Amino acid sequence: MEKYLLTTLFAPLVGSLFAALFGMKPKKLITGIVTSLLLFASFVSAVILLFHVASTDEIVRVKLFDWITVGSLNIPFGFVADHVSVIMMVTVTLVSTLVHIYSIGYMEHDEGFNRFFSYLSAFVFSMLVLVMSDNFAGLFIGWEGVGLCSWLLIGFWYHKKDETRDVNPSISPSWAANEAFIMNRIADLGMLLGLFLIYWNVGSLQYDVVFAHVDMFNISVITLMGIFLFIGAMGKSAQFPLHTWLADAMEGPTPVSALIHAATMVTAGVYLVIRAFPIYSQIPDVGLFIASLGAFVAVFAASMALVNTDLKRIIAYSTLSQLGYMFVAAGLGAYWVGLFHLMTHAFFKALLFLGAGNVMHAMHDELNIFKMGGLGKVMKWTAVMMIIASLALAGIYPFAGFFSKDKILEVAFDTHHYILWFMLWVGAGMTAFYSFRLIMLVFFGEERYKKYGFHPHEAHWYMLAAMAPLAILAIVAGFFEHSFEEFVTRFLPEFHFHTHGIAVVALIGLTTLIALSGIALAVYKYSRGGFSEKWKETFIYKLLYNQYYIPVIYEKVFTKPYAELSRIAWKELDLRVVDATVDFIAGIIYKSGFAGRVVQSGNLSKMLRWMVIGLLILLVLVVLYSPVR
Amino acid sequence: MITLTHYLVLAAILFSIALVGILRRKNLLMLFFATEIALNAVNIAFAAISKYYGDLTGQLFAFFIIAIAASEVAVGLGLLIIWYKRRGNIDLDTLQSMKG
Repeated sequence: MEKYLLTTLFAPLVGSLFAALFGMKPKKLITGIVTSLLLFASFVSAVILLFHVASTDEIVRVKLFDWITVGSLNIPFGFVADHVSVIMMVTVTLVSTLVHIYSIGYMEHDEGFNRFFSYLSAFVFSMLVLVMSDNFAGLFIGWEGVGLCSWLLIGFWYHKKDETRDVNPSISPSWAANEAFIMNRIADLGMLLGLFLIYWNVGSLQYDVVFAHVDMFNISVITLMGIFLFIGAMGKSAQFPLHTWLADAMEGPTPVSALIHAATMVTAGVYLVIRAFPIYSQIPDVGLFIASLGAFVAVFAASMALVNTDLKRIIAYSTLSQLGYMFVAAGLGAYWVGLFHLMTHAFFKALLFLGAGNVMHAMHDELNIFKMGGLGKVMKWTAVMMIIASLALAGIYPFAGFFSKDKILEVAFDTHHYILWFMLWVGAGMTAFYSFRLIMLVFFGEERYKKYGFHPHEAHWYMLAAMAPLAILAIVAGFFEHSFEEFVTRFLPEFHFHTHGIAVVALIGLTTLIALSGIALAVYKYSRGGFSEKWKETFIYKLLYNQYYIPVIYEKVFTKPYAELSRIAWKELDLRVVDATVDFIAGIIYKSGFAGRVVQSGNLSKMLRWMVIGLLILLVLVVLYSPVR
Repeated sequence: MITLTHYLVLAAILFSIALVGILRRKNLLMLFFATEIALNAVNIAFAAISKYYGDLTGQLFAFFIIAIAASEVAVGLGLLIIWYKRRGNIDLDTLQSMKG
């Protein structure tokens, strides 16, 4: 089994290196095909591993070599395929394979075709290191690796110029990439502190060792560990207040948004909380905080999606909101529910993004949904698949989202956190509304694009073919709920529901009701031309449209003062104090050298005089300082 | 009675004469003479002190200095002759090809 594990891990790396060989060359179709094939190989091995683990319950471990051995610190380069990581491996490799195939079509006219595939495969490799590592250090390496690849891919079109925030809220791809990187760096500091704390107390970073010893520590130490690790998770999963980068990350190519900023990388935070469940199950207070923050983000992000006009940003806020749902489940101790929603969300959100990519392709990178409309006629398949994804996202039976999202609401109700439940319930309504607002504005109604002179066309067949498996999974994945639960709870703790019978049915009914009414409202309103223009003048619209003014506040409170501080440190401190001191010393030496140069006249007679003067000085010194006998 | 002091005073006077010669003379040959005087001033001091302490090391050292001075003069005069053949004079101020 070890060879399957290694294939899963290293096939994307090989693909990445292969594509990198042609990095600066003009487009070569072979790079896209080879990376896709290697990823497919990786996916197949992951599935074989999944069946192996499922049938034999044997956890596959591979230790490649000792990585860091200093004193008592011993970190091997080891990988593990257990019940949790194997689920992640299958999800990641499946979505990546499809996104790779899709990208062959999406990036067909791009100059950086080869470079793109190199980055994309490198991302998958890093993500696999993250999920498969058997220790926190390896997880951190993968964590940083995906951060790097995310930076490379958000800033993929780095040549685009900066714009003002009014024209483009994310300013430019390179700006957005840096923002994402720096935000994550802030969170990673928390994560690193968590790792130090764990090592300090346990003396090891291996999951097995750490989790075996976790109940021996003082509760305050465990609480700190949990908090620090969660700070890391907040950055990667874009939870409030480190959430602004995710919407700006939409500057990257759309397949990147589908793979990294929807399906895989942003769920790494949820994965971390699930992976560290022995720590979090000791500290329910921190868990409750995580859940509350998650519920807040679920509503907060959904509210921003309600009014946005940018096709990709709406889906990005939706991702943010769904990550909130996952954290609610993980925070309340229903780890398998969180993981289940993570998986189903990966399928339908990737599908939604790829559909958005088709629309963008057809509309020549136009993102304003008010310039679209009626696209369903020319892009029938894209429309069908995006509707499927939206239904799944809204949580309508029998689509995947119904099973996973409903379960999260059930968990919140079951643990008597009625406020959280209510927030999630409202969030579910908002989700349904904005999803179908998007569908209505893009695919139905008046064909506004004609006014702007667009000639949309359906995407390539293989792009649609790459989306089809995701569409199927978005429909059927929910039915695997029980086998999924049975499988992962062999490793993760079970969650016992106390609510049974009629109450559960009532809950499901309520959730479905609000989702359906959200959809109905969106369909009703936008089939009649949407809301009136007056609505755009209201304070609440402006607040939501400007993302609660948080980017502006961040700029005023953090970025501007920091830039000013840097400027002062540069102009006043560095130039006037540090540089001046160094220059002064150099000046003295230079001038004294210039003055002393006359000594070296080359005239022997003069030099002899200098010698005699030196001799006399030495004589005087000898007389003055000779010890008295 | 001639004491050690007299010898040392003689040595000091000779050394001073040599020093003045080194400082003032521009002729390279004269410079050599001045150097020889300085060396011999030291030799006198060495010999006198050696006698005073009854230790032969000082006299031995004087012999060394004489031998080394002889060889140094041989080499130096050789160079000086070559220089004279090339340039036609041995004035110190003309003996300069580099400028500081």
